[in-house]
Amino acid sequence: MGSLRNLTISEQIGLLFVVLFGLLLVVTIIAFTRTLRDRSEAELAGHEQFKRDLRAVWVGAVLFWLAWVSGAFVSTLLFGVISFLALREFVTLTHTVRGDHRSLLLAFFIVLPAQYVIVATRQFDLFTVFIPVYVFLAIPVISAFGNDPKRFLERTAKIQWGIMVCVYGMSHAPALLLLDLPDYANRGAFLVLYLVAVVAVAQIVQEVASRRLRARPVARAISRSFSWRAWCAGAFAAALCGGLLYWAMPFKPWEAVMLGLTAGGSGTLGEFVMKALKRDAGVRSWGGKASVTGAVGLLDRVAPLCFAAPVFFHSVRWYFGV
Amino acid sequence: MKLPEAAGLLLATIARLITGAQGHWLGAPPKAEQRIYFANHQSHFDWVLIWAALPRDLRSATRPIAARDYWTSTPLKHWITREIFNAVYVSRERSADEDPLEPLMEALRHGDSLVIFPEGTRGNKGDPASFKAGLFHLAEAFPEVQLIPAWIDNVQRVMPKGEVVPVPILCSVTFGAPITVAPGEDKRVFLDRARSAVIALRSAS
Repeated sequence: MGSLRNLTISEQIGLLFVVLFGLLLVVTIIAFTRTLRDRSEAELAGHEQFKRDLRAVWVGAVLFWLAWVSGAFVSTLLFGVISFLALREFVTLTHTVRGDHRSLLLAFFIVLPAQYVIVATRQFDLFTVFIPVYVFLAIPVISAFGNDPKRFLERTAKIQWGIMVCVYGMSHAPALLLLDLPDYANRGAFLVLYLVAVVAVAQIVQEVASRRLRARPVARAISRSFSWRAWCAGAFAAALCGGLLYWAMPFKPWEAVMLGLTAGGSGTLGEFVMKALKRDAGVRSWGGKASVTGAVGLLDRVAPLCFAAPVFFHSVRWYFGV
Repeated sequence: MKLPEAAGLLLATIARLITGAQGHWLGAPPKAEQRIYFANHQSHFDWVLIWAALPRDLRSATRPIAARDYWTSTPLKHWITREIFNAVYVSRERSADEDPLEPLMEALRHGDSLVIFPEGTRGNKGDPASFKAGLFHLAEAFPEVQLIPAWIDNVQRVMPKGEVVPVPILCSVTFGAPITVAPGEDKRVFLDRARSAVIALRSAS
């Protein structure tokens, strides 16, 4: 793979997108030919689910490509919009009351744009503390002015959590795009692609492993499928995937493996936490309430990324000292 | 594209961005037939939500009811209701010789569809208040017009009473099957039936 490392940037980019879209195309064709056979009811349901996931991956890949073509500004905007839609979904399913109105306005119309402006202007020190410090202190103040003491702590915590996951976590993806690593200028999109790839691989492998392994679930009340063995399988697959991508990265092979392990592992843990949140809200999948609210299950798709991105971003920053 | 049309499109896009404005057509498909939609009323946002949930080509022929004294008080309010929404104006004070339903009848004779909120005022929580008689009189006068119940979900969280800026929260509008006045049906009986048709959509949605 050393020879791949010597390619120019545009050749590497071309290669990555050819591989990405080629893989997707192959999977889609296989999925299509399998629909031509007779299947049982249960298999069909599973296949529908798979088709929906596949469509989501296609949309994601095309969006990613568009973001790459159009440059850092547009991709920051794109992640901002996804952030907005995810937060909208999160707030819909948590029970906010009248007194929260002003805090929610603050979250949607001030915190969210401000965070992405800070990303776009590359003020990474402010970017890191803006939400965990300033916003977390401001939200309870605004909520308290709402003049409603009932379940105050719980309501405030919910809003803070929504911001943490949907805005703070998500904004680390464009931050990767804009991060200037030594000898690695203008290739931030590789970092994002690396992150998305390892997280997706970890998720898929964990899902498959939890079906095949039949291991004991760690927390049965929250998820029947999450077991340590499945989680390890996912994380190690992510490490392998990270290692395979090392030629396009500013890392040495073993660094790529370790970062893949970290990002993949935290992504699937994030998915697990989201399951706990969903149980609390009383829905099985964020998309399951679609008939009532029109929620599309976007949060389900982006939550692992929202968890993995900050961990990955700060590991990279810390390791390279930038 | 003219200015009101563009402004309308922009408004519908904003409404969709903030609330999703999902329309679920459970009882009847969205069709260019003459209809009276009647729904629960919780917020100033209700009309915009129903309007944005309609397919684009039905929007121009579907008209809201607006209080004349309030919605013509400034040029901007007047322009919005007249040019974008093509509202039917009614006056709130009753004069002796004027039927308050006359402007609505006029619009129906003209072939337009209407959206009405038969509670008459915005309710706060729980079930909608009992319906006013206007719906019954319209239904009797125009038996060929379809009466479609609609339930608007979640909108009170988007803009509670007294607030001016909406919070982005997903909402939906569920449209049910058309109902008709049975021959010789009592006014109160029909209105209660219409109200329960709206409430029934809450659990269906």
